[in-house]
Amino acid sequence: MSAPAGPTRADVCAVAIAECFRDDGEIVANPIGTLPMIGGRLAKATFAPQLLMTDGEALLVENVVPVGVERPEKVVGAWNPYRAMFDVVWSGRRHVMMGASQIDPWGNQNFAFIGSHERPRAQLLGMRGAPGNTINHRTSYWVPNHSPRVFVPSVDVVSGVGYDRAAALGDAARFHELVCVVTDLCVLDFRTPDHRMRLRSVHPGVSVDDVVAATGFELVIDADVPPTRLPEPEELDWLARIDPNGLRHREVPDP
Amino acid sequence: MVPDKRVTIDEVVAEIRDGMTVGIGGWGSRRKPMALVRALARSPVRDLTLVSYGGPDVGLLCRAGKVRHVVYAFVSLDSIALEPHFRNARQSGAVTTTELDEGMFLLGLQAAAWRVPFLPTRVGLGSDVLACNPRLRTVRSPYDDGEELVAMPALQLDVALVHMHRGDRGGNGQYLNVDPYFDDLFCMAARRRFMSVERLVDTEQLLAGGPPQSLRINRLMTDGVVETPHGAHFTECVPDYPRDEAFQREYAESARSDEAWEAFRARYVDVTEAEYQSVVSR
Repeated sequence: MSAPAGPTRADVCAVAIAECFRDDGEIVANPIGTLPMIGGRLAKATFAPQLLMTDGEALLVENVVPVGVERPEKVVGAWNPYRAMFDVVWSGRRHVMMGASQIDPWGNQNFAFIGSHERPRAQLLGMRGAPGNTINHRTSYWVPNHSPRVFVPSVDVVSGVGYDRAAALGDAARFHELVCVVTDLCVLDFRTPDHRMRLRSVHPGVSVDDVVAATGFELVIDADVPPTRLPEPEELDWLARIDPNGLRHREVPDP
Repeated sequence: MVPDKRVTIDEVVAEIRDGMTVGIGGWGSRRKPMALVRALARSPVRDLTLVSYGGPDVGLLCRAGKVRHVVYAFVSLDSIALEPHFRNARQSGAVTTTELDEGMFLLGLQAAAWRVPFLPTRVGLGSDVLACNPRLRTVRSPYDDGEELVAMPALQLDVALVHMHRGDRGGNGQYLNVDPYFDDLFCMAARRRFMSVERLVDTEQLLAGGPPQSLRINRLMTDGVVETPHGAHFTECVPDYPRDEAFQREYAESARSDEAWEAFRARYVDVTEAEYQSVVSR
């Protein structure tokens, strides 16, 4: 699949994802999924070289590894099997980006199941690592299909902890921090007095009304919502190297 | 020299009785003791509780009607994100579940291995893990901080089944891929422990395959060892063989209808291990 000329929506998403990791310092950045991995590796390749990243499995690699490539070159810095990853999670030195089948105004996330626990209408992933991730370290989310089915007033079951529940826990939730929710339409954050979800920027070509129509609850929307920034030329060069097969365009086709 | 703990697949399955709690090693669709799982699926046993970082082991046993309850954090085929047979079992109400975070799961095995009733953790606070598990309790730190934590109870297993690349007749086992997963913990958390291996070798030959730290399972952790070449098929067992993605797709498609499952079952489950290996190597 060949990329259209100029920055695409997927390129903008990749850069927005990369921006989530900008201020993390020397921690494990662990974006899960195709575009998250591309965006995370873009951050490491450009403005956040101190990030540690996995090869998708049990190694921490110091070079920028392309996605969707058979047997890529890996410069291995460390061994990080699952058991060691839990040490990283529980020490707090990690920023994960996960998916979300449902997410609510406080950032409570569900990818476990839809319906009741006793007999779900749709069994999804299960809790995976979401409860432990969200209570221990920074978390962001990636939603490639921004819609009212995903952005819901209330999730069916909470796998990732949101800000209202963290507030109820008090000091026990002192390591909880939701950074951003990046979607195919916009970037959202929780930089509001009560940590309700806020529209931070809209991707070029998307209006605020588009986002409102695709969201099943009321967002905090400032008077002036800026556009999500476009990729720099150097970033486009890196994207071509990180994602030579254009997998990002398959995940987020250009509108 | 080492004792001789060699057993047959049928002898392992004969140890597993109705209602037991069975832990299965590996992770997702990686290095699962599938020869043992297939034999269990053929057996008359029922009402098992499975404890697994789940893959096709969970889906196959659910579909075969062996399972009453699953203790899990995920059930996935990796390249196919959602395990279709497990989904069907959940959505039809055929099995009940304990919802856990992946790390809580590790702590439950570790608590059982260390013979303590629980291990404290921050994990689970604020999420619906607690709401889904009314029996889960919290515990308050007895120190000045007074912090309230989740008391993850021991996941005591009746039987553990794991698959390693190499082993000796005494029950020492070696992994040759990059991640040991939690196979040693499954063994330490169980009363009876059985290891299948790709290849049995003399103890003297173990270090020819990998360094001392690859000898993750020692014979304190095992009661029986059985050689099952290609025995993790169709899950990944690198460096010996990759996941059989084409076969995995065929397995996943067998969840589409009762007819598809019965055809799969007749061809690949209700056959001996030798017949299975002969069919899948064609």
